[in-house]
Amino acid sequence: MTGRSALGRTIAVACLAPAAWLTWRAASGDLGANPIETVEHATGAWALRLLLATLAVTPLRRLAGWHAIAAQRRTLGLFAFGYATAHFLTWSVLDNGLDFAAIIEDIGKRPFVTVGFTAFVLLIPLALTSTRASIRRLGKRWITLHRLVYVAAALGVVHFFWLVKKDLRPPLVYAAVLAALLGVRVALGYSKSRSSTVRRPSARAFSMARSQSPRTASESGVATRSDVLNPDRPRT
Amino acid sequence: MAHLLRILRPSDARTRDITDLGLHLRRREFLTGAAAIAGAALIPACSRDEGLAVAASSESGAPDAVTPKDKATEYNNFYEFGTDKTDPARHAGSLRTRPWTIAVEGEVAKPGMIAIETVLTAFPRQERVYRLRCVEAWSMVIPWLGFPLGDFLKRFEPTSRAKFVQFETLVDPAQMPGQKRNVLEWPYREGLRIDEAMHPLALFATGMYGADLPNQNGAPLRLVVPWKYGFKSIKSIVKVRLVEQRPYTTWAASAPDEYGFYANVNPDVDHPRWSQRRERRIGDFAKRPTLPFNGYADEVAPLYAGMDLRKNF
Repeated sequence: MTGRSALGRTIAVACLAPAAWLTWRAASGDLGANPIETVEHATGAWALRLLLATLAVTPLRRLAGWHAIAAQRRTLGLFAFGYATAHFLTWSVLDNGLDFAAIIEDIGKRPFVTVGFTAFVLLIPLALTSTRASIRRLGKRWITLHRLVYVAAALGVVHFFWLVKKDLRPPLVYAAVLAALLGVRVALGYSKSRSSTVRRPSARAFSMARSQSPRTASESGVATRSDVLNPDRPRT
Repeated sequence: MAHLLRILRPSDARTRDITDLGLHLRRREFLTGAAAIAGAALIPACSRDEGLAVAASSESGAPDAVTPKDKATEYNNFYEFGTDKTDPARHAGSLRTRPWTIAVEGEVAKPGMIAIETVLTAFPRQERVYRLRCVEAWSMVIPWLGFPLGDFLKRFEPTSRAKFVQFETLVDPAQMPGQKRNVLEWPYREGLRIDEAMHPLALFATGMYGADLPNQNGAPLRLVVPWKYGFKSIKSIVKVRLVEQRPYTTWAASAPDEYGFYANVNPDVDHPRWSQRRERRIGDFAKRPTLPFNGYADEVAPLYAGMDLRKNF
């Protein structure tokens, strides 16, 4: 499927590259003075970057007309989940040595861990339901369920914000990209709703896609069931 | 300095336990003067009074191994050169450490400027192997070369109104590129209570690992206060001011709920965003328990007798 197209292969290789680079650095003892922290930060950053990349698919398709990219959203999403899992395991196993008392205390007591952990947990059902069979079985509920990606991405950015000690520039970059990607959705949805006969409530920033019919959902910038199943079909 | 000359207890970490053997055997090369030798031979066991030593070595059973020099010189928090921990090693080459003078002012009978060359000749260097605990829950063991801060201060004759000492780092964005942005309010400032500053463990360091300080570690002169979180140990000092009121200190002013004036290492007082109960010794895989006052409780806890350390964190 996605793996067979040249674009799919390119994206898979690009997504694997950071992991390969980290592995190479680990093997050659080049992870710096605090290797666990280096791996923790790198896997966390790539989870967030790829999560934002999945959110860029719809704007790329709608605004740039790059329809082929739609088929790669699942690849991007699954790699985001892969890096998030690596990040979580690095933190829980390597950093905390599976000290469950410490892990649970951190999740409960430290807001930045709480939001990071929540973001990770939210990604689990999305990864589990990423198969075609799940898409078919869940139907419209699949769309609803997968809107959790917005929450996960937002929590991921907050997680990064609350982690840094003083220099807020790096998390601000992620926040700006997330805001832009969500803003595009709002703008696309808003321009559509202005021209549609049924005016929809405006307080829909995050759930712009919530719509009465698959058709309006598609045109407000969020995938429908048919988008997901036939991603290469050009939209009118 | 009679209190330095005391008998080691079995639980004390000795220099040869926590110093690389070659370095240990060569240590006298770094020393000038009999007083320095006496001091170094007993470091870090220069406790003043009786009680259990709380060296990390006695807790874990394993001695405190000196952190490899390349780790200690490539993993630094020195925001004057950037906020990433690898930035200082990459950008500190632009710092010029000669000529360098330190202004001493405020509540002293003899204020004045002192050149770094004078500092290096007037105060014999001793080697002291100290644990360094960062507020970010990592730690190192570093062999410093320096002299007691108290010796430096006494030269300028603090008055009876000198209740605190404030230190300032150089400000020059041309040499310190990180200062082009106001991540912190420059100059970086830190401070101690006068009794903390006069404590024999408080060190003015000009070297480490048997050589002069690398720029990224705070050349040419830095503070080392081993029982406090690392941010108290201000680097590249150009001004020392003795004052009557508690002075402005950079991190405490920047985030008062997260960083206190005292900043004593304390496993029982968490940073609001992370636990201080454990730390990762750079080079180790598993974390280790953090010790009260970074393992120097015997020596320094009496300074804080009667104080609520949760309130005065």
